Formats: sequence, C-alpha cells, structure tokens
Amino acid sequence: MKDRNFDHLPEHLGLVSRRDFLKFCAVAAAGMGLPLGMGVKIAEAVASNLKKPPVIWLSGQECTGCSETLLRATHPTVEKLILDLISLDYHETLSTPAGALAEGARHQSLQENQGKFILVVEGAIPTKEGGIYCQVGGKPVLQILKETAPQAGAIIAIGSCASWGGLPSASPNPTGAVSAAEALGGKSTVINIPGCPPNPYNFLSTVLYVLTFKKLPDLDDKARPKFAYRRLIHEGCERRAHFDAGRFALEFGDEGHRRGWCLYKMGCKGPETFNNCPEQLFGDVGARSWPVGTGCPCFGCSEKGVGFAKPIPEQASLKYFTPAGVPFQGTEGIRSGGGSVCLTPSTAYPPIAPPEGHGPTTAAVAVASGLAGLAVGAGAVAALKLGKKEPSDAPETKKE
Amino acid sequence: MGLSRRDFLKAAAGGGLALASNLSPAPVLAREPVPRLPDALGILYDATLCIGCKACMAACKKANNLPPELCTPDSLWDDPVDLSAKTVNIIKLYKNGTGLAKDQEINGYSFIRQFCMHCVDPSCVSACPVSALTKDQQTGLVRYDKDNCIGCRYCQVACPYNIPKFQWDQAFPQIVKCQLCDHLIAQGGYSACCEFCPTGASIFGNVQHLREEAHRRLSFKPGEFAEYPLHRVESRHTTRRQATPYLNHVFGEREGGGTQVLMLANVPFNKLGFPLLPPESQASRSETLYHTLYKGMILPYVLLGGLFYLIYKNTTGHDLP
Repeated sequence: MKDRNFDHLPEHLGLVSRRDFLKFCAVAAAGMGLPLGMGVKIAEAVASNLKKPPVIWLSGQECTGCSETLLRATHPTVEKLILDLISLDYHETLSTPAGALAEGARHQSLQENQGKFILVVEGAIPTKEGGIYCQVGGKPVLQILKETAPQAGAIIAIGSCASWGGLPSASPNPTGAVSAAEALGGKSTVINIPGCPPNPYNFLSTVLYVLTFKKLPDLDDKARPKFAYRRLIHEGCERRAHFDAGRFALEFGDEGHRRGWCLYKMGCKGPETFNNCPEQLFGDVGARSWPVGTGCPCFGCSEKGVGFAKPIPEQASLKYFTPAGVPFQGTEGIRSGGGSVCLTPSTAYPPIAPPEGHGPTTAAVAVASGLAGLAVGAGAVAALKLGKKEPSDAPETKKE
Repeated sequence: MGLSRRDFLKAAAGGGLALASNLSPAPVLAREPVPRLPDALGILYDATLCIGCKACMAACKKANNLPPELCTPDSLWDDPVDLSAKTVNIIKLYKNGTGLAKDQEINGYSFIRQFCMHCVDPSCVSACPVSALTKDQQTGLVRYDKDNCIGCRYCQVACPYNIPKFQWDQAFPQIVKCQLCDHLIAQGGYSACCEFCPTGASIFGNVQHLREEAHRRLSFKPGEFAEYPLHRVESRHTTRRQATPYLNHVFGEREGGGTQVLMLANVPFNKLGFPLLPPESQASRSETLYHTLYKGMILPYVLLGGLFYLIYKNTTGHDLP
C-alpha cells in the first residue's frame, strides 16, 4: 500500500483520518455495486490527484435543498471530505467571497481548468423571455449555463429541478423552467441525480466514479446512474409485505397508519418511482429514516411526470409491473426490473368451490321474454300468411 | 306414414339381431387398464406441510410466462379465483367453522393445490379427437400441442378434475394446462413449483419414489420428529419437523386409474374439491363403450341401412321420379 500514493493523503484530506477515508471509499464502492477492491482504486484515484478536481456549482431556480442535503452527509465525515477532496471554486451559498469577487473566482477557474472541472447544476433553468426570471450578477442563468457547459469535463444535474424541471416547472410553469439538459439543448451529456432533495451519497458516489474511472457511470434512459436508480422504491420498501397482504393505511393516524401498513392507498408513488431511498436512507440516523419509513407516502420526487405533477393522494399506476416479471418495455426502451417487478399473488385465498355467476336479473328476464314473445308473434303471423297462399298453390299441384 | 306394423317389427328385429351379434361376445373391458410407467415423473403435494405462501403460483407464472390475473377491483395483485387460461396452478383454502386449527376438517382449515394431475390413463387424451393432447411414453406427462388442436374442448368436458382451460379471450385460442414444466425438465431442471416451495410441501420426482415417500409419511406417528425432503424426493436437503396427523389416503394412487400427482392431506379430499372417482379410469370405461358400439363399424352400418330401408320404402312410388 505504501507505494500507492497514500502518503499524500494527510495533505489533502485535512482532518480526515486515513482509516476513515478508506472506509468511506469502500462504502461508496459498495453503494455503486462495485467490487470491494474498487474502494482502494477510488482511494488511490482521489489521493493521487495532487491538484484537487475543481468544481463549479451553478444555481438556478432552487431552494438550496440539494446543497443542504450534501452538507448533512455525515458518514464518515463527508462534509470535510467534500470540502477538502474537491476544490469548490464557485458555489453561491458556500463561497466566502461575494459579489464581483465570487464571480471573478468563477471566471478564473474557467480559464485555468478548461475541460477539467466538474459542473454541478442545481435548480431549474427558466427559459421564458430570455431567462430573465433568474439572474446572477445581471446575467440570466440560462446564458451562464450555456457559456460554462461546453468547457466542463462532466456535468451533473443535482436535484429534480435540474434533472427534469422539478417544482419550478410545475403547471402552469410561468417562467418556462426546464432541466439543465433541456436548457443545453441536448448538446452535452448531463448526469441526472433527481430527488427533492436527492440522497447525497448518490451524488458523492457519482462524483467519485467519474474521478476514479474517468468516465460516466451506467445511465438509464433518463440519464440517471443505474447504481442508484435501477429499482422501484416499491421493490425495496419495508412495507411491501403489507401491500402483498392487502393491509393498507387509509388516512393519516388511522389504525393501519399507526401499525405501519402500506401507504399505497394514501397515494404512495413507490410503485412508479425509481430510486434507492429504502436502501440508502437519509441522514444517517438508522432504520426507517426515509419518507415511507416515517409514515409519509412517497410522492415520486425523483420521477418526471410523477412528483409535482400528479396529485399527492392519487394512487400510483402499476405500469412497471409486467407479466411474470419480464423486463418492462416502454417507449423509452427496455427497463430491466427482474422478477420482483411483477404482480404477485396477494395473501388472500380463493375458496375450494369456484365462484359461480348469479342467475339472470328480473330486468334481463323481462327483456328476454319480451323479445321471445315478439319472435313467437312474428312467427305466427308469418305462418298464417303462408297458410293463406296455399290455396292458390294447391290447384297447380293438383293439376300435375 | 306408409310404415306398417309388420315392417316396423321386421326392422326392429333385424336391428336387434345385429346389435346382439355385436355385443354378446364383447368382454367387460375392451382394453386393459393402463399400467404406471416405470420412469413416470410426478409431484407429491402434502397439504399438511403447505403454508399457503403461494411461491409456487408466482414461480409457475414466471416459468411458463403466464400473464397475471387481475381479479380484485383495484387490480393490485395477481389474484386468480380458480384455474384459468392464465393460471395453471392455484392454492385454495378449505375453511370450516372457526377455521383456527390447521389441517382439521371441523373448525379448521387446510390449503390445497390444484393443477394437472397427469393421470395414468388420462380422459383428456382419450377424448381428444386429433391427438393434440398426448401422454409421453417415457415420463407419462400429458402434453398439449397447439398445432393439432381444433378447439373442440372435449378435453374440458372429459377431465374429472376440471383442469384444461380454454383461452376465451383470444382470437386464436389454445387449451392451457400444467405440463409439469417439461421445458425445464428437458433442460435438466424440474418443475418450478417444487423448486420454489420453501417447506417441501411440493416435491418432484419419480412416481414410484413419491409413492414410497407418501407411505413413509403416513407411517409417522403424530408428534414424532421426521425428516421431509425439500424440492425433490431424492434430495438430501431435508426439513425436520413434528409430524402431524394424516388422513390414511394417498389421493391419486388409485383414483380414476391413478395419477402421477399424489396428494396427502388431513381433510377428506372431496371437501378439498376433488371428485370421488372409482378405481378404473373413465377413459377405459368410455373407450370400452365406444369401441364396442363401433366395433368393425357393424352397428353404424346396420343403423344406417335400416334408415335407408325405411326411407326408401316410404318414398318409392310417391315423390321420387
């Protein structure tokens, strides 16, 4: 291990111990579904970088929730790691300087780190009327983003607003808010880390992946890293057994809600939202520290067209539930779900005797007998008419 | 009518004679009962081990690529109420009175699995006019070939267990039934229901071994600890549990000529939805009847000839030119 550049570690990481740092890298590797040995590779990549990778953090229409969630990443002392691991050259909330000084830092970093810096976009980008609804230093964010993006090494959109428009783009969308990828017109690849806020470890793992392997992680059809957004929340939900058993909370505070039953009927969007909330949890405070775990239905924040679009009490669609767990094939391509994304039997049982249909209703009998009566009458009339014709035919046959 | 009393008696006597000549030497059975094949494959289902988890139902759908059946109003689950063209394996619940005690007829409950019994002498194969349903000569599995099927659904009427199901909602419908995952067996595997059964309630194997296993279980004294194989009858993986009482009856050993799927339970099988069948198969009885009636085509020709005679007699000199 000595030959592997870990000697520089103390200089880079400040207060982070070598042990804590390696532990964090191992956890990050596990979170991305990489083999455990990759933790060492990640640590190596981080430690061998004598110059810390510069990060420019642009803010559009946002609430700074995504920055806040990152600051609350605590295991193992990630706030120190993120501040010391990267060179955060520009961040409107965290920058010590303000005004022209802060803007100057951004320009300087842009000139020094052409094609090497990581651009993080937080918040939606308003496009209506030239993007005047969000301006920084007298310049629309739309313009700043368009100037900055082509020079970036990698672009990460953090949060639902930057990933697909989020709250600012909710109908009627007065400012014409769009995602970072849309604002750039699809010219640059943007990694989306949606969520409101997203899990900080999904973001940190993505950054470490890019730093270590110098390439983007596997992305799904919505440009989200697959290691975090591969599975439906419903698949990993701790309340799933209650769904299968048909035990549902129907309103806040009712018997079922207090017993921790499934929140599907209260509008939980878990069955149509891809995220790793049930596995990753929030805030590092242990089990159940995620919305559904605390008794609040998932509102689908990380899923375009669900969060901020569907009414909160609306029941989720089960469109991703395929026959017998075959991969879901939508207009956006195949989404592998594995066997767990299929409709499973509930825990209720059919009786031995197969259910029988009930007899015809009185109305149906009346209609049917009316029709039958009509037919009989018509037949009788027809028969009578036939009978009347016979006398004229009869003489002819007799002649023969 | 021009048929005189004399003519009628003549025809009747002739027909009777022909019938008598046809029937009198006929044996009681036109064909021998079908013996069990030595390499027959089957399943032993033990209702006292079943916990009703429905893992077999989910595994069956996946292995056979069957669509879910949405029977609840909110369409949340694959919840069939009976076997259908989308469900070839189902767990049902028998419940009586308070329904508290497992595997008890009175005030108890019992799970029961329903799927194709793979009869030794299957009625569906006998009734099928085009050999769309066939019995494998080696494994004895009853298979369906959609390319031969003409959609007459005789098999549905013939089956005493009400197993073959018709795709009523399809433009080109097929008969759907459990084929014991023969596509998995061909690849060296075995039935998915047994592979996924966590308790050993369904085990797969040679029918001879399954019969021995069934009788071994019947010999257990209730309360004593016993080993139950998991997944396959010859499996070395076993689960150890206290034996519970059994009804002294291996369903499928003799019923309707025997089946390759055997069942154990502690509730009478007629209460679990199974018919009470005589030891001889329905196929042998119906085939005896039909093969007698159509033997050498004598009786049909006699009947047809008689009809021709009557018609000729009554029409000659009147209407015919």
